Amino acid sequence: MTHLDTDVLVVGAGGAGMYAALAAARAGAERVLLIDKSLVGRGGATIMAQMTVAAALAEESDDDWRWHLDDTLAAGRGLCDETLAALLCEEAPLRIREMGDWQVGWARRDNGRIAQVTAPGHSRPRCCYVDFLNTGPAVAAALRRQVSRIDRVRRVSNLTVTDPVVADGAVVGAVALDAASGTAVTIAAKATIIATGGLTRIYRRNSASANMGGDGYALALLAGAPLVDMEFVQFFPIGHLAPRLVGMDPIMWDPFRYKLGGRLLDGAGNEFLARYGSDETDAYTTPRDIASYAITQEVAAGRGSPHGGVYLSFEHVPAAALREAFGPVIERLARNGIDLARTPVEVSPIAHYHMGGVVVDERMATEVPGLYAAGEAVGGANGANRLSGNAIPEALVFGERAGRFAATAKPAGWRDSAAAEAVERIRELADGRPGDIAASALLDELRGLMGDDVGPLRGEVGLERAHARLGGMRAALGEVAIAPGRECNASLADWFELRASLIAAEAVTRAALARRESRGAHRREDFPDSVPQFAKSRRVAMDSAGSITASRE
Amino acid sequence: MKTARLSVRRGTADEPPRYAEFSVPFEDGATVLDALLWVRAHRDPSLAVRYSCINANVCKECTIAVDGKVVYACTTRLVADRAMVLEPLPGKRRLRDLVTETRSPRERLS
Repeated sequence: MTHLDTDVLVVGAGGAGMYAALAAARAGAERVLLIDKSLVGRGGATIMAQMTVAAALAEESDDDWRWHLDDTLAAGRGLCDETLAALLCEEAPLRIREMGDWQVGWARRDNGRIAQVTAPGHSRPRCCYVDFLNTGPAVAAALRRQVSRIDRVRRVSNLTVTDPVVADGAVVGAVALDAASGTAVTIAAKATIIATGGLTRIYRRNSASANMGGDGYALALLAGAPLVDMEFVQFFPIGHLAPRLVGMDPIMWDPFRYKLGGRLLDGAGNEFLARYGSDETDAYTTPRDIASYAITQEVAAGRGSPHGGVYLSFEHVPAAALREAFGPVIERLARNGIDLARTPVEVSPIAHYHMGGVVVDERMATEVPGLYAAGEAVGGANGANRLSGNAIPEALVFGERAGRFAATAKPAGWRDSAAAEAVERIRELADGRPGDIAASALLDELRGLMGDDVGPLRGEVGLERAHARLGGMRAALGEVAIAPGRECNASLADWFELRASLIAAEAVTRAALARRESRGAHRREDFPDSVPQFAKSRRVAMDSAGSITASRE
Repeated sequence: MKTARLSVRRGTADEPPRYAEFSVPFEDGATVLDALLWVRAHRDPSLAVRYSCINANVCKECTIAVDGKVVYACTTRLVADRAMVLEPLPGKRRLRDLVTETRSPRERLS
């Protein structure tokens, strides 16, 4: 069996993970191990981001990170961890300018200043981008280049952490599954950073990559670290629905709404946002939580478009303006049979980001010694609803802090015996197991269940139904079939994804059941109003028997 | 309902070549990757295929050969009127089914 020894283990190599590895090396860690279940720097959410990045750069107009903080706290509907939110806003300009130094080509005005647009929820133009739809790929490429130059950072792709290793109350490393060989790998680490991103892959309609199944939340709970705000899943309101669009992320419409406005129309072609208290006569201003709720309600009332969403129309925009704003994207749309000058597209809410996550302090340390978290995996900074453009700053700012502070962690007391159970589980499952239940089929069912019953609009009956079925699926894990053959065994990888996703899904469902009000991204049809006494974050924990509970508060 | 047919090369590098046939539901606009994920959920969970971003065309992980041509499975449209032949990327070491060793040598365990 392979055993690796490192100072800082970074689990997940998207934006937060790559930056954490970089920062750990910069802060003096001799050995940094950066691993990903996908390919390093290719998976995760950062590379998928086609949108904008918020930072108070004051390039377009007067700005201050405190104003960015005000907007972040307002969007969070009273639940933001103000310490974390302030760190995000204060350090975002530093990180975004640094990306510019690292050859990220931020779009610029004719006068050379970085272009900043006003995204919904921002009080002034603050959101920068790389044309066209290239923000995430450019940031990911810059980080890949930086990381690859540092010999002290060892990168390993296709290595999936299945369990934290806890000894004497501290995380001392992890057990991982090497996909290529189908064997267990043990990793001793002074510090372990969870940078696995969010959980949006557990929803039927999502903008996630394959590895966003909630692994990090499961790892934290398995290590004994609590989560916070797990009921708040951000549904991006205008995810692309129809006609089928390939080769483009389904959240691609937002940048064009910043530039051109665009109109949201119900199935009969009428504007409807005003009925939900939002006026878009002058500009695109509706916050994500309100827009998702409005669209969901229109569809439920039978006023949706043919595929179950609403229309997004740019038909009123002159062709020349369309061409200027969309650039080469016009041709990519044409190849998908879409001509914006003539027809609207159909859009609907799509799981896009998870506000909830691991409880950390300002050093990104969890409540379990040796365990840190960074990026979307962290909970608290965004409260009940994330402000547009805050995800990449969060990845970079929290990644930098996690790496820097993890580099100073004290030597850990690795013990083979503490890893034995997790290693044995991999060995046993890798031998294969006959049966009729497939993990891939259960994952498919899970995504439908979460979409239907724990989605943008929730109720007691649906949440209880989901909770009961999730329990049934967790109980069935012991009977899930695994195909024979160790190398690149897809059903073996699925088993571990299912195990983690079920834990994450139950954490969301438990917290959603407990919050008997509507706030931000959490909407209850049976409790439609926000209640001041619930303006508190709720924690989720798991006991040693695997039972998941949400705090009462 | 219309169906699409796939003929998928299976097995590891050590095994003799064989092809498995699958019929999958056909929807207008669907991609080869959609079909492969449908097979994994509904017909054969052991089918190995490398993918990450699913639809955004940014990760470049799902490169395979379709009817002898190297393409991304996520942007190649499914066709309904004939069987499509899916094979692993040529010139790379085959690990299993459609998965080849595309990792940089510096990103491997050994």
